[in-house]
Amino acid sequence: MVKVEFLGPIQKEPLELEITNINELAKILQDDKEMAEWLENSAVAVNDTLISTKDFVLKDGDKVALLPPVCGG
Amino acid sequence: MLYLYDGSLDVPSILKEWYEAEAKSNYGAYIPFVGTVRSEDDIDGLSFDIYEPILEKWFNEWQDKAKEKGAVIKMAHSRGDVMLHESSYIAAVFSPKRRVALEFIDEFVEDFKASAPIWKYDLKNGERVYALDRSTAIKGSGILK
Repeated sequence: MVKVEFLGPIQKEPLELEITNINELAKILQDDKEMAEWLENSAVAVNDTLISTKDFVLKDGDKVALLPPVCGG
Repeated sequence: MLYLYDGSLDVPSILKEWYEAEAKSNYGAYIPFVGTVRSEDDIDGLSFDIYEPILEKWFNEWQDKAKEKGAVIKMAHSRGDVMLHESSYIAAVFSPKRRVALEFIDEFVEDFKASAPIWKYDLKNGERVYALDRSTAIKGSGILK
């Protein structure tokens, strides 16, 4: 089971999914129309490290986070 | 050193605390940057969400870079609401010589704006509105689209 969290302004409850890579997550989230804008502009972290490829392999217990555009200060 | 506070920052006490902590560390330069909430677009203030695990990693990478040059970075940021003319952000660099600190504070604050996992909201007419138009997508965003 992989836990998916949506950070900051993304108004979506966490998901628990049986997925094995980020590409599978992309397909699930692409079916959610309210997520379309966030998929365009959000970064992805696995276990609190940013990743840069959809091929990233996930294992049981991993935590995925979506990070929308930031503005600290 | 990374310090997070609920609400606005007490600027004089934080700057004094940092100054006193390093006063005898033999740094020749102490260069602070203080960010203050400005009155614009009829806002009452700003509000912030922070994702701490990634913020800490990001900060620690910068601290390592500073350490290589004999410098140290300190940063304070607010969680939640910060009203007009209050401060939400302080960053400071201490270094043996001024040039390192001047360059580091510039690079650090710019990367902070582009990469630190903090989300800003305008407080206006009793609402908390995400400041999307002033936000920056983190490098590598969009892999899920």
